[in-house]
Amino acid sequence: MSLWDLANSDCIVVMGSNMAENHPIGFRFVVEAKQRGATVIHVDPRFTRTSALADIHAPIRSGSDIAFLGGVIRHILENDLWFRDFALNYTNIAHIIEEGYRDAEQGDGIFSGFNETSGSYKEDTWQYKGKVVPSSIAEHRVQTKGKGGGESQGMSDSPPPEDRTLQHPNCVYQIMRRHFARYTPEMVERVTGCPKETFLKVADALARNSGRERTGAFCYAVGWTHHTVGVQIIRAASIIQGLLGNVGRPGGGILALRGHVSIQGSTDIPTLYNMLPTYLPQPNIFHEHPTLEKYLEVETPETGWWHNLPKYVISLLKAWYGEESRADNEWGYQFVPKLTGDVSQLPMTLAMGNGLIKGQFMLGQNPAVGAVNSELVEMGFAKLDWMVVRDFALTETANFWKNGHRVRKGEVRPEEIGTEMFFLPTALAGEKDGSVTNTSRLVQWHDVVCEAPGDSRSDLWFIYHLGRRLKALYAGSTEPRDRGIQALTWDYPVRGARQEPDPEAVLREINGYTVADRKQLASFKEIKDDGSTACGGWMYTGVYPEEGVNKSRSRKPDKPGGSGSHANWAFAWPANRRTLYNRASADPDGKPWSERKKMIWWDAEKGEWTGTDVPDFTKDLPPGHRPDWSKHPKGMDALGGADPFIMEADGKCMLFVPSGLKDGPLPTHYEPIESPVKNPLYGRQRNPAAHLWQRPGNELHAPEDPAYPYVLTTYRLTELHCGGIISRVAPHTAELQPEAFVEIPPELARELGIRHLDWTVLATKRGEIEVRAMVTERIRPFTIGGRTVYQIGMPWVFGWEGYARGDVANVLLAITGDANTSIHTTKAITCSLRPGRVVRPPARAAE
Amino acid sequence: MKKMRRSMSGRVSGFLRDWSLPRQLAGESVMAEAAKSAASRALRPRLEEADKVGTSICPFCAVGCAQLVYAKNGKPIHIEGDPRSPVNQGTLCPKGAGTLGVLLSPERINHVLHRAPYSDRWEQKPLDWAMERIAQLTKQARDETFAETLPDGRVINQTLGLGSLGGATLDNEENYLIKKLFGGGLGMVNIENQARI
Repeated sequence: MSLWDLANSDCIVVMGSNMAENHPIGFRFVVEAKQRGATVIHVDPRFTRTSALADIHAPIRSGSDIAFLGGVIRHILENDLWFRDFALNYTNIAHIIEEGYRDAEQGDGIFSGFNETSGSYKEDTWQYKGKVVPSSIAEHRVQTKGKGGGESQGMSDSPPPEDRTLQHPNCVYQIMRRHFARYTPEMVERVTGCPKETFLKVADALARNSGRERTGAFCYAVGWTHHTVGVQIIRAASIIQGLLGNVGRPGGGILALRGHVSIQGSTDIPTLYNMLPTYLPQPNIFHEHPTLEKYLEVETPETGWWHNLPKYVISLLKAWYGEESRADNEWGYQFVPKLTGDVSQLPMTLAMGNGLIKGQFMLGQNPAVGAVNSELVEMGFAKLDWMVVRDFALTETANFWKNGHRVRKGEVRPEEIGTEMFFLPTALAGEKDGSVTNTSRLVQWHDVVCEAPGDSRSDLWFIYHLGRRLKALYAGSTEPRDRGIQALTWDYPVRGARQEPDPEAVLREINGYTVADRKQLASFKEIKDDGSTACGGWMYTGVYPEEGVNKSRSRKPDKPGGSGSHANWAFAWPANRRTLYNRASADPDGKPWSERKKMIWWDAEKGEWTGTDVPDFTKDLPPGHRPDWSKHPKGMDALGGADPFIMEADGKCMLFVPSGLKDGPLPTHYEPIESPVKNPLYGRQRNPAAHLWQRPGNELHAPEDPAYPYVLTTYRLTELHCGGIISRVAPHTAELQPEAFVEIPPELARELGIRHLDWTVLATKRGEIEVRAMVTERIRPFTIGGRTVYQIGMPWVFGWEGYARGDVANVLLAITGDANTSIHTTKAITCSLRPGRVVRPPARAAE
Repeated sequence: MKKMRRSMSGRVSGFLRDWSLPRQLAGESVMAEAAKSAASRALRPRLEEADKVGTSICPFCAVGCAQLVYAKNGKPIHIEGDPRSPVNQGTLCPKGAGTLGVLLSPERINHVLHRAPYSDRWEQKPLDWAMERIAQLTKQARDETFAETLPDGRVINQTLGLGSLGGATLDNEENYLIKKLFGGGLGMVNIENQARI
């Protein structure tokens, strides 16, 4: 959803985010909604400025989110508060699941299909009865017996089996009722520490603000993702939104509040290991990808939008390899490296430590501060042959060999570190042009206004000229392994004395063009699988639809009284849609659910979908249309006129997920990776599919370990931005937040004899740090199962370079990964706390 | 200095002329006419000195607030929120409002630094020298670690010997070329950014 669409919400739950402090300008739409009468709720361990502006603050212990949201789901189902006309038609609530399915309730926290040795699930028993459901998400694979094996049918043979009376014991509705039956208000209080009266106020507000006339939204940030169950927390919210009809409608949705200017863009056009641009799967040796033909066969779903996958893959290869991308060489498919395992950031950190990586580029990232288990990270840096740091000021990463933790502790001297270091200064926004994508998929261009000082250059300049030099170095090679770099198209025009490449030329390639006459593609519907089109990122097609038209530059906001979609302010992928799945804003017959919440509707006279946004649906498909199953329809032909979720194989919102999740089809409460309490709901303490990399230097604390009794959470500050040096060397922001601190409840401070501003030592098995105490009632003690659990918190944004300084919180954290994304846990670990200071050798500490 | 020394009567009459309260009582608006004085009339907006203005996007979080960057002689002199943007309507948070301080930070480094293995110091180097050495080292690391196949003969065409971190602070076009060159050209698989964490 668009940020400004929040103003149309009747109920906003901010959870896993301190939106007022960390996304202050986005929060103004929450305030606007409140002024229009919306109920604003903040669910968070701390009372922050977000809580201060909310109608309800529900405090929960870090890492207990699924227990809380599961309680809301139970409340909605048991009190029959769900939006029946929406959910029955647009979600898979009536679908029937395989008979072999066993729920976590039956397995004490384990679903059917689990293999204890590998720590992973097979999804066979989670499927729709008699079907194999493909996953629509590039990074997740179907772990099933495969298509055509035995009795199972493809998705194009018939619609999934359902029981719209919801009586079948294995329909999703009945499975969910059983799964969440124990998530009662009393259990919510026992697990989360939130008083049940407060919990019920939240559940009531959500249910009350749903249906035809009203909508609600969730806003989250890394307070949800930085857990071993991060994806499942978001899933729990999407179940609530599916049940209440809060998807694809004005003021409805789940808004991810992302932290960096183009973190959405760098996910879409990914500098990520497991995806090719715009969510195409990176070839993988374990996934039957030996040839392009096989890759396309196993990755292309029969039904739904993703059936177009081959067009997007072949056009990407054409964009990358130009004339060397031909039908007779699999369009250059073998030039693309195949994965041989998880090489996401955390395993990459470990690979540095194991000496596997020789050379490392750091392009505006500062893992010495931002990555968990900082000392282990630095040990990896010291094993590299060389490292290139590109930033605009010296970061902790650039200076690790000089001012790093291990140097400061006297464990190692610079003269013993063999890593060759390069620091290349970068141009900043204002000194370079290009596009960035914001948290609501808005692609916005920025201009070059002034000249970058000295040798500072854009990263586009760096990559382009590095590529140019490498292509020259490899030009004479006859080795087959060098064919990819030789074939790579790299003919971008350059400008001025500095030879800066033209970013519009790159955006034109991302948008896509016809190969024969190099005409820009106006829509991804024009993309072909025969080599006649080249396209670097199909979801962005339309951003540069014709020569000289860069839609990310458009700057015309709606006038007051306009539609409110601001369709001419920048470009939102895909196809300039502001709200995804907006077909759901109309009822099955194509009429708006209500006048108050109308967005897209069927115009019977014209025979097309119309409204205030670009319809996210086949434009002329009538609402009453049903697929002709006798013809085994493929792609979009297999979806009916009332199936809004076109990226799913059957067009339905998935309350229960048959394929694509590595840790279960339904969200289930597990305790965080480290916790002072035993899981009150299941014998299984932790997410059984979570990634653990236990080894010396990365040990975890056992549950209820008395040596580490306190819950620790980390977070950002309004004035300081992430691990980047950017706000710590800016005088204004550094002055506003000059020094690190830890927030401690007064009750705990009294118990430990800590006064406000005293020095304290925080310790885990990974390391210890010292910071000053901020004794504050912002974090209250929790009562969990009758005993007091203290939580403390500290900002992770400090380091030892720049003006605003302090110990690095990430020294304390362990390398662990969410089951689905390999994202680390930073929001709920355990630690010890004492008054005093860390003993450090004086000689090095002074530097 | 002579000019500064005004007579007592001149100072009193000047004060009375500029004093806002009687003018407000006489009906002038405190938001407009009554707020003016001889001193304020002499003030000029600093943006008047700008010889160039352009649109930027705030470099911090992903809300995507639009900014206007004003420059004079190729140097930034002022950055403020763009009032046209439906995202921020001219507003900025404390970080965004401090963007000029980032561009002009005294800690900013404008030249290439190199630290030789086992050295205890950075040394300044020419950009061209660094680019050529990085290209050579990249080729060397790739050539030493590139694997065309697994031991069982399956084709992988990858190198695990090079890594790249970062992208969430960069432009889409930059991310595209990083993935294209490092992944599609060199066969690197260790490519990650802040979106993972």
